[in-house]
Amino acid sequence: MAATETYTGTYVLPFEQPAVELEKQIEALESSEQASEYEEELSSLQRNRDSLLDKLYQQMTPWDTVRVARHPARPQTSDYIRMLCRDFRELHGDRHFGDDPSIITGLGRIGSHKVMVVGHQKGKTTPEKVACHFGCAHPEGYRKALLKMKLAEKYNLPIVTFIDTPGAYPGVKAEERGQAEAIATNLREMSRLETPIISCVIGEGGSGGALGIGVGDRTAMLEYAWYSVISPEGCAAILWKQSNEETNQLAASALALTAKENLANGLVDHVVQEPRGAAHRNPNEAATALERWITDQLSDLLRFKPQTLVQRRYEKLRRIGRLQEHGPI
Amino acid sequence: MPNRTWADDLKTNDEGRKSIPEGLWIRCPACASILFRRSVENNLWVCPECQHHFRVSAEQRIEQLVDPGSFEPMNAAMASVDPLGFVDLKPYTKRIEDAQRKTRQSDGVQTGRAFIKGRKVVLACMDFTFLGGSMGSVIGEKITRAIEAAADHDLPLVVISASGGARMMESGYSLMQMAKTSAALARFDDMGGLFISVLTDPTTGGVTASFAMLGDVILAERKALIGFAGPRVIEQTIRQELPDGFQRAEFLLEHGFVDRVVHRSDLRSEIGSIIDYTGK
Repeated sequence: MAATETYTGTYVLPFEQPAVELEKQIEALESSEQASEYEEELSSLQRNRDSLLDKLYQQMTPWDTVRVARHPARPQTSDYIRMLCRDFRELHGDRHFGDDPSIITGLGRIGSHKVMVVGHQKGKTTPEKVACHFGCAHPEGYRKALLKMKLAEKYNLPIVTFIDTPGAYPGVKAEERGQAEAIATNLREMSRLETPIISCVIGEGGSGGALGIGVGDRTAMLEYAWYSVISPEGCAAILWKQSNEETNQLAASALALTAKENLANGLVDHVVQEPRGAAHRNPNEAATALERWITDQLSDLLRFKPQTLVQRRYEKLRRIGRLQEHGPI
Repeated sequence: MPNRTWADDLKTNDEGRKSIPEGLWIRCPACASILFRRSVENNLWVCPECQHHFRVSAEQRIEQLVDPGSFEPMNAAMASVDPLGFVDLKPYTKRIEDAQRKTRQSDGVQTGRAFIKGRKVVLACMDFTFLGGSMGSVIGEKITRAIEAAADHDLPLVVISASGGARMMESGYSLMQMAKTSAALARFDDMGGLFISVLTDPTTGGVTASFAMLGDVILAERKALIGFAGPRVIEQTIRQELPDGFQRAEFLLEHGFVDRVVHRSDLRSEIGSIIDYTGK
């Protein structure tokens, strides 16, 4: 198999269009009966496709990145659990209100480590997407996450979180049940959980809804994930007074939301490289890279006493911010 | 004024209007009574006719709340920088300068030591007139230092919130202030500190979803708008008009998210009494 799988999905991002044309040709040639006679043409097409994908992904705008992060074929938490967790045992419910499917929690093994996995789930099928509110969790989702993380702390299990949400759900019921309180409590409690916490933004890192399961010792972003205080559309609607293709582009660029920018600004610790043409072209390769980063961090963090971890976690958060001590007034 | 977000405040800034109109006479936005400005001012900016609580600046709030002359500011000169070179319809640096000129404050929160009814406290008052009280690095840092000062001197911490949420123009830096302030509160909590959180109109977004909702005791001024998502965002999501009173202080009380809804004139005695009960 070639280094890059042929992407055969029906959903095509505008900036990827030229590569997808080549991919279609390759696919047609591969499935033709005389495929063996065209080996040379095929490998030449594949080389062209590879270099074109490299070029397109180098030239992509931050807004393109947001769209890659939202690609319907992009692996989600449930996919990563399937690809990199053995013996996964999902644990449900917050013991107070219900079970929010937009956050998955459960026990699993990653490499040689037993861990608690917590991750946003957007849903794959239409009914699942609706049930998951497209990855926008309700308060009971955040409370379930905290309950399971405290369970992990009790039994000295490290916590691995996968962040993939446009934001916490903005609705009447979510407000009635205390969306703000649920997120705030998670931020406070995660900062003092005496067990290693590692997080990776695998797709969308939308604001407080993302951070609500994202406070920890190590944070990574997949190469084409985004992480920001607000979605580009939300930002455009407020600061540019309207959200459209042009203002979304501007907002996405202004928000410094790409993995590279967040790394440069010291807001995340690492960028996990994605396969050529992004994770939706080769989920297994993305999962392998993610697993390597996770197991490296786990091995490293397990050297520390839990109290030391909490102290270092605080010191790391404590440093974040850019300001001047003496302004003009 | 229902359904305002801090983006609306940016608009009013652009038009050069103030949240409290100048002039001898003012109209109460709630009951439409024409009121003598001085009588409202002397009534803690509460409408004598209908008890509507006008929004007040951090400066006015401190004056109303603390024992006269007892406020000692901390980090008063700390100011925002523009870490991302953020430009929307206006550069962020210009927005900061305009807000500083208009409010004569360096940023959207004043912190310091003060006495409230004779009890020594560390106090933080947010200022909605400064870029909608939005939290960037400066507010996050000043709140965190206030928490640490309360911890160092074993003093009660009182935070008066008024904010549209996190400041978009500092993006990820703003977001992380939510985690930073909450983590500082975890340590304060571990050492048995008392945090009284007072929610005033409006308290929404990233401020509500971090320190504002983490009070040991949470008070809210009557009818204050308090929520995670802004009402208009929710209306767009559900495509329905929101019921009367939704996300108001009384609604949060009913749903179990604030301890007490207080009238502004009782705030000093409420805070004093809670401090006494905890022995802090």
